Amino acid sequence: MSLALGACCAGFPGYLRLPSIEIGRRLEPNRYVESMKHRPFFWFVLPSTLAMLLFIALPIVSVVTQSLYISHDQVITEVENCGPFGCTTETKVDSQATQALREAEPLGKWNGLGTYFNRGHLAVSEVAFAWRHASGIGDFASRLMNLPFYKALAFTLTYAFVVTPLTIVFGFMIAVAVNTLSAKYKGPVIFFSLLPMIVTPLIGSLILFWMIDAEGIIGATLQYLTNNPNLSLKASTVLTWVMLMVYGLWHAAPFAFVVFYAGLQTMPQDTLESAMIDGASRWQRIRYVVIPHLMPLVTFVALIQLMDNFRVFEPIVGFNAEAHATSLSWIIYNDIGGETRLLSSAATTSVLTIIGVAILLSPVLVRTWRDFTRKAH
Amino acid sequence: MLKKILIGVALTAVYSSAVQADCGFTAGNVSIIGNEFPAIRTVAAGAETCGVGDVSVKSNLTADHQKLNVAGMTTDPAAYSVAIIANSSLVSLMNEDVVRPLDDLVAKYGQNLKKSQLITVGGNVMAVAFMANAQTLLYRKDILEEIGVEVPTSYEEVLAAAKMIKDKGLMENPVGGAYKAGWNLAQEFINMYMGFGGEFYQPGTAQVSINNDNGVAAIEMLKELTAYMNPDYLTYDSNATSVEWEAGKVALMSMWGSRVGPLKDGEGSTAEIEENTIVAGPLTVGGNSLPATTLWWDGFTVAKNVSDEDAAASFQAMMKGIDPSILNDETMPLAVWLMDGYEPSDISAGVFAAIEAGTTPYPMLPYQGLLHTALGAELPDFLQGKEDAAKTLADVEAAYTEAAKEKGFLN
Repeated sequence: MSLALGACCAGFPGYLRLPSIEIGRRLEPNRYVESMKHRPFFWFVLPSTLAMLLFIALPIVSVVTQSLYISHDQVITEVENCGPFGCTTETKVDSQATQALREAEPLGKWNGLGTYFNRGHLAVSEVAFAWRHASGIGDFASRLMNLPFYKALAFTLTYAFVVTPLTIVFGFMIAVAVNTLSAKYKGPVIFFSLLPMIVTPLIGSLILFWMIDAEGIIGATLQYLTNNPNLSLKASTVLTWVMLMVYGLWHAAPFAFVVFYAGLQTMPQDTLESAMIDGASRWQRIRYVVIPHLMPLVTFVALIQLMDNFRVFEPIVGFNAEAHATSLSWIIYNDIGGETRLLSSAATTSVLTIIGVAILLSPVLVRTWRDFTRKAH
Repeated sequence: MLKKILIGVALTAVYSSAVQADCGFTAGNVSIIGNEFPAIRTVAAGAETCGVGDVSVKSNLTADHQKLNVAGMTTDPAAYSVAIIANSSLVSLMNEDVVRPLDDLVAKYGQNLKKSQLITVGGNVMAVAFMANAQTLLYRKDILEEIGVEVPTSYEEVLAAAKMIKDKGLMENPVGGAYKAGWNLAQEFINMYMGFGGEFYQPGTAQVSINNDNGVAAIEMLKELTAYMNPDYLTYDSNATSVEWEAGKVALMSMWGSRVGPLKDGEGSTAEIEENTIVAGPLTVGGNSLPATTLWWDGFTVAKNVSDEDAAASFQAMMKGIDPSILNDETMPLAVWLMDGYEPSDISAGVFAAIEAGTTPYPMLPYQGLLHTALGAELPDFLQGKEDAAKTLADVEAAYTEAAKEKGFLN
């Protein structure tokens, strides 16, 4: 289990460190860093460096190692099994013979990148075959979607790239709206707006799952409104995808809201007032003053949300949606949750997920780095 | 004086509870992992009565037990000394060599066990079974009377009856089924494939062979049945189909014997529905005489990586858990119990009919779990009409072969 979890938490330190970088930078970045001498700095970062090595670097090394090996050849023997329903001749693993193999090479059989290229993952030969024999680009795409990894990747990417921008837009709109409320109502409104984030994802999706059931309040209302008694949100792939994304938005928007709301409290009032004196409309003030001020926070939220959404998992389990939508994290769960655990498969998907997160975040990270170096000079 | 009386009362309480438990041992750690349903809760509660004095008996009952038991028994010492398992899940523990042969413990403490309760693999007792289970037909007597049809004995008759119920406007989706993508759906395919007389592997090997006429017939029958099911069927497990049944939305379904008791317990439904809920034997398919279902047992096994003392304590605690004394009016209908003193009722008729009809037990093969997982992941594509039967079965074979190579069953 711990092997596969490496993927889920790979982005976590970014989550912890980013706000402090943002704040440290906007205060006095150079003096902050320069004032620290090397020795104190070393002792200052030692605990977090150790923690990162222990909880992030080591699990990733272990996952990568696991993904390069597969199980030894099993020694199978024929046995007679008896029980309440009589006897049958079946087979079993000869545990003593297999044990000897395992002790000689505890990691298993070296498989190199074999697991990466097999049908369950990058499916190199299947993709090549589909490319050669597909009648057109549509046919190629549908053949690709029949392979578990690409099917999961398609949903994962769609989810990440639809939910992330919508989260930012909705979070921003809620923040601006709440910010205009009178102080008396702000507290309760903020509390209720945060509720979706407080509810555990699995529980939240289970609640919605029963509400959208054909017998549930949302499902039955939709059937009534569309006058279609056979309408089912769970039976159609498109509607399932929409439902999962709406759920993702519902769950994540409060996070964006609370970050932007905090940012709005740091708005320089004099800039806003001078814009008003210059005759800027409300929309122009938001467009030319508020949004530029919040831009670093948008980058931050985008970064966190892309990582979170790329490892979408709980709603798929909560909505029993695996027939229509699978994600990379769900594949890992499925590999290690069966009666026979596929550790190498799970490890390989974990490594591919880490690579995916790295690729996805690289533009944002490059941008943050450029901003940082530009402002430092 | 008062103090003395109180101490006396307290001592008597301790003494009597110790006597009540009478598990035959005075020290040891017992830790049980198992699935979570009423019959297993009863057994675990019985074993926990041994937890007095220096004896500690803990249980962790969860639907996720299969994700935990292998890992929890691989450590040395094992985190769980007892696993409650079924035919299929015993295999995954044996594959990892984490359970011990029970022959000496059975000889010492298992005099009350019947021979049929002993699960032997290659001559060694590897588990002790305490209940039997199977999926058989459950039907609504009043609905079938209304359309004037005899109780179906085959899936073809179920289809015909379902059509009549729907055409008469009695029910929109008269057929129920645990067709949730994953384990449940794979189980339905295995039932159907067995009903057609299919063989899962090339004889004597781990090479899968289900992409044949029997496989195509089985998967097409599954799809025909879904035409009469709630459109959300790919998300319905036995819990959801139970709810549908209690709501009176379904008149025919193949259901686990262990799930029938709660459907007739006077809760969650109307008296009319409960009275008309009747259990019949297993269904056949395709004109064959083979039942399209599988037989299951539930039992317990003891970890290898625990001390002999704890193993003995675990075995004795479980013997207490499955002692005939746990059977009473409340627990009797929860399962088809295998121990002495069990009195069959009309609820258990289905499982007995399945045994009598010569139903094949679910295969205990080291690689069957891999095929089950592959079926669960690939079959939805066909039911959703994304591809034809042969393509789906080829995908299942490809997914299984890949997994079997990774686990070293195939080269």
